[in-house]
Amino acid sequence: MEGALSISSKENRQIRAPGDGPLLRVAGLSKFYGARTGCADVSFDLWPGEVLGIVGESGSGKSTLLSCLAGHLTPDRGQVIFETREGPRDTVAMAEPERRLLGRTDWAFVHQNPRDGLRMGVSAGGNVGERLMAVGARNFGAIRETAADWLGRVEIDAARIDDRPRQFSGGMQQRLQIARNLVTGPRLVFMDEPTGGLDVSVQARLLDLLRGLVRDMGLAVIIVTHDLAVARLLAHRLMVMKDGRVIEQGLTDQVLDDPQAAYTQLLVSSVLQV
Amino acid sequence: MNAPHHDPDYNFAYLDEQTKRMIRRAILKGIAVPGYQVPFASREMPMPYGWGTGGVQVTAACLVPEDRLKVIDQGADDTTNAVSIRRFFQRTAGVEATEKTTEASVIQTRHRIPETPLTEGQILVYQVPIPEPLRFLEPRESETRRMHALADYGLMHVKLYEDIARHGAIATSYAYPVEVEGRYVMDPSPIPKFDNPKLGGNPAIQLFGAGREQRIYALPPYTAVRSLDFEDYPFEPSKANHDCDLCGASGSYLDEVITDDQGSRMFVCSDTDYCETRRNAGHRGRLSPEEAR
Repeated sequence: MEGALSISSKENRQIRAPGDGPLLRVAGLSKFYGARTGCADVSFDLWPGEVLGIVGESGSGKSTLLSCLAGHLTPDRGQVIFETREGPRDTVAMAEPERRLLGRTDWAFVHQNPRDGLRMGVSAGGNVGERLMAVGARNFGAIRETAADWLGRVEIDAARIDDRPRQFSGGMQQRLQIARNLVTGPRLVFMDEPTGGLDVSVQARLLDLLRGLVRDMGLAVIIVTHDLAVARLLAHRLMVMKDGRVIEQGLTDQVLDDPQAAYTQLLVSSVLQV
Repeated sequence: MNAPHHDPDYNFAYLDEQTKRMIRRAILKGIAVPGYQVPFASREMPMPYGWGTGGVQVTAACLVPEDRLKVIDQGADDTTNAVSIRRFFQRTAGVEATEKTTEASVIQTRHRIPETPLTEGQILVYQVPIPEPLRFLEPRESETRRMHALADYGLMHVKLYEDIARHGAIATSYAYPVEVEGRYVMDPSPIPKFDNPKLGGNPAIQLFGAGREQRIYALPPYTAVRSLDFEDYPFEPSKANHDCDLCGASGSYLDEVITDDQGSRMFVCSDTDYCETRRNAGHRGRLSPEEAR
């Protein structure tokens, strides 16, 4: 299993997407917190290389949905079928060790707050190398070389490989988190407000970087955001959520330029124009 | 049985029989699952935590009246901790004590494995301050337990990676993490990494007791134990690059002793029994008194 995993980061991932079907098929996914609804009856397909945006206001169930998809929360109902290298599998019914292996090989999760996704006491190189070592890389030189390469790809000076994330700015920390996640060449990336808490110019640079990486690596991405501009820039397709339900979905430009649901219209018109 | 002369105010080996049974169950489970940390209901002992409360409880649960006990602290039989624990068992269990590794049936140790190879039938009991090898990397106990359960040990190598990145070599010199039978990663207690090769394939039973942390783990005889490392930075047992100044031994672990304020120092075996046995057999080192005369 581990032998099949290449740690080379330069490979073109698109060739590897198995089959022609969707990468992820979600059917009837529901999560309840007691009597309250986290998310209810969410269904969608995600294709290889596709970027799906999930938008909605705070408390609309976006993050609950993302956590259920990524296996951090156990949904109460529904299926999340992922096209693994061995064929389609329901990740909800999967055993914990398998899900964890998936979590450090084919999947990646970028947290809103880099402190949740990074080890703050471990050097940048160690942070990037952790996933490699977790899947069995045992050559220090090779791990370090890959880490340096990835720091370069997220525009962090390779001379800072032994610095700890604490000494990095917020934008750098977020880029480091992205490098740490993408180093094993995942096929599906979950992002929870990746640009939250950054100032606009740093946001712009990060978005630019993300767009480049997504295109080059052919990543499928599910990105949760409340920032419609981010959704417009990154997402091919958009899902609008309110009170735990999907109220509208379609191509990004279509949803944003011609919103049908009343709530989506409100959301789009609430954006401040500069 | 014919309980020898132990203080009649105490039950044999201090602990009551039910407690000893409870500890033995934990030991047996530990032996059945090598390297797995078995929780046990650690008791208050008449000594402070950090002085070997875990080791003492394991020893108490193992002792029988016929046993011959050896206690070492950093390899020495005559340091405070070793002397107190030996006296404790002489009084509460009435067992015979010895300083000879070869004659002992139970050896309680702090921070060393004796130089003299152990044999089948011997039990080596380690005092363990912190049994969790992942503790300083992952503070949550719930999470480290899950990591052990799933053999999710990538983090352990992150520690070694950090060592090499910062110091140019694996700077961990004691409590060096090991992998047991290709499954559990284990903290061998703070023994110098020089002793790590003696953990694997050892004919003796090795028991580890952590009193404060309430964990017991074990290595049954002839268990495969591998010290973690990288392909390009392999594990190296290390010691001071000297011979013993008293017995001339070149392959034993050495203590450095500063002898004056002019920078003079001597290196002596940390295992006092080993050193003495060699001296009695006629081996001499650089600073042996006979040669000074």
